[in-house]
Amino acid sequence: MTGRTVRIGAGAGFSGDRIEPALELVEHGALDYLSFECLAERTIALAQMARRSDPEAGFDPLLADRMRAVLPAARARGVRIVTNMGAANPIGAAKLVTRIARELGLAGLKTAAVTGDDVLDIVRAGDFPLIDRVGTSRDLGDTILSANAYLGAGGIVEALAGGADVVITGRVGDPALFLGPLIHEFGWRMDDWTRLGRGTLVGHLLECAGQITGGYFADPGFKDVPDLVRLGFPFADVGENGAAVLGKVPGSGGRLSIATCKEQLLYEILDPAAYLQADVTADFGAVAFADLGEDRVAVSGGDGYSRPATLKVSVGYEDGFSGEGQISYAGPGAVARGRLALEIVRGRLALTGVPVEDLQLDLIGLDSVDRTGRPAGGEPREIRVRVAGRTSSRAAAERIGAEVEALYTNGPFGGGGVTTSVREVLAVASMLIDRDCVAPAVRYEVA
Amino acid sequence: MILRDIAHVRTGDKGDISQIAVFAYRESDYPLLARVLTPRSVADHLGGLPVRSVRRYDLPTLAALSFVLDGALRGGVTRSLALDAHGKTLGAQLLDLVIDPS
Repeated sequence: MTGRTVRIGAGAGFSGDRIEPALELVEHGALDYLSFECLAERTIALAQMARRSDPEAGFDPLLADRMRAVLPAARARGVRIVTNMGAANPIGAAKLVTRIARELGLAGLKTAAVTGDDVLDIVRAGDFPLIDRVGTSRDLGDTILSANAYLGAGGIVEALAGGADVVITGRVGDPALFLGPLIHEFGWRMDDWTRLGRGTLVGHLLECAGQITGGYFADPGFKDVPDLVRLGFPFADVGENGAAVLGKVPGSGGRLSIATCKEQLLYEILDPAAYLQADVTADFGAVAFADLGEDRVAVSGGDGYSRPATLKVSVGYEDGFSGEGQISYAGPGAVARGRLALEIVRGRLALTGVPVEDLQLDLIGLDSVDRTGRPAGGEPREIRVRVAGRTSSRAAAERIGAEVEALYTNGPFGGGGVTTSVREVLAVASMLIDRDCVAPAVRYEVA
Repeated sequence: MILRDIAHVRTGDKGDISQIAVFAYRESDYPLLARVLTPRSVADHLGGLPVRSVRRYDLPTLAALSFVLDGALRGGVTRSLALDAHGKTLGAQLLDLVIDPS
């Protein structure tokens, strides 16, 4: 690659991700930017609930740990940070980062909060068709907890132009966390669809962090990956025209190869020629990779065309409860005793009138995740009974685990290791909103 | 021969959709892959999935096929009662699909 390049690293691929690979990137990766993608689909609904009970809360629970780990080294090396860890409260998150910066003696550190993704008022006031099922947003009634539009990179670009060292967003398209710094650095026009498509490609390849450097890849004897214990996270060197070379810190664990890049390229992509993002419709249909050796892979061929007229909105809503119980059986006849246990629990829930809308009966080790329906070779040495059901009340959900536990003394012989759980179900539905309804806003905090 | 001998897979999810990408280890096996892995053969192999439709995207420059299985995840990860609500294990289950190279 000729000309100036910008190096962006990926510090997290989900909210619970490992922290020290991000620090390794900051200390040894010669980065310009480090982006953390931490916001799964329903995380924002959970965060919204947390914020209801505590107005200061509602952002990523690992925000403080991550910032304490990377901020001193990032400041010393001039690495700017971009993350969606703001979840339902980017302003609260920016204030926390600023407090931490003061504690660490990082006077002057400037943190930007990007807001504008919260469209709950618009969704509550209107009625929008759901795109992933029949029905409309109004059908969800007052169970709706949150509604957040997938913003583009605009707010991030504005914050970087405003001198932010750390940019914290709520819901933005995941690739925008990487596209934003590229637009800022290279001054790409917001209708330069080819470059925006290529920047989105870089963002998509990096957004799951370790998933491109050998995580979620290993299959011993077929696809071996060295040292997953110390898996290194990726970075990309991106040129002004959007071409990129992917790499990772020398000596870190994992592997970056054409095969790992191909897997990540298509990961969770529906139509590879039309990856819809707020800023561009990216086209991955002609992407090519070249192995440069030593965990370096060049990527080319990304493209894009005009952005969609609408933005996707994730609506989080309360969807009742689920209750679950598990118990194990072993030895000869384990499967038959497991089947008997399932029938007993099903019968007990019916006999005692527990209102269960949907009941899932599994034998783990036999048919719980297998969908081929092919017979196993020989009877397993052990199986685990799993009963899960959906209910409208917590009390009913608790009854499911209780009936599994009662198998100890009332069920087939030899059951052991009961576990039970109840959870409040937060479901997500998707809809579209006119992009003109939404505008990002940027606010700064300085340590 | 089974699929595992010539290809690797990755599985993802989006709402109620499972997406399984299949990659030939060797480019020369791509035509075979494209011949034997059809929406029908994939749906048949994963016969326990409640799919509404299966769509295939061909990526010859990557020696890859991507299958989009609509309705496979019982409402999606946020609603499903399935143990593997994401369907993350589904792609691996394709790997013992028997392939007739003739």
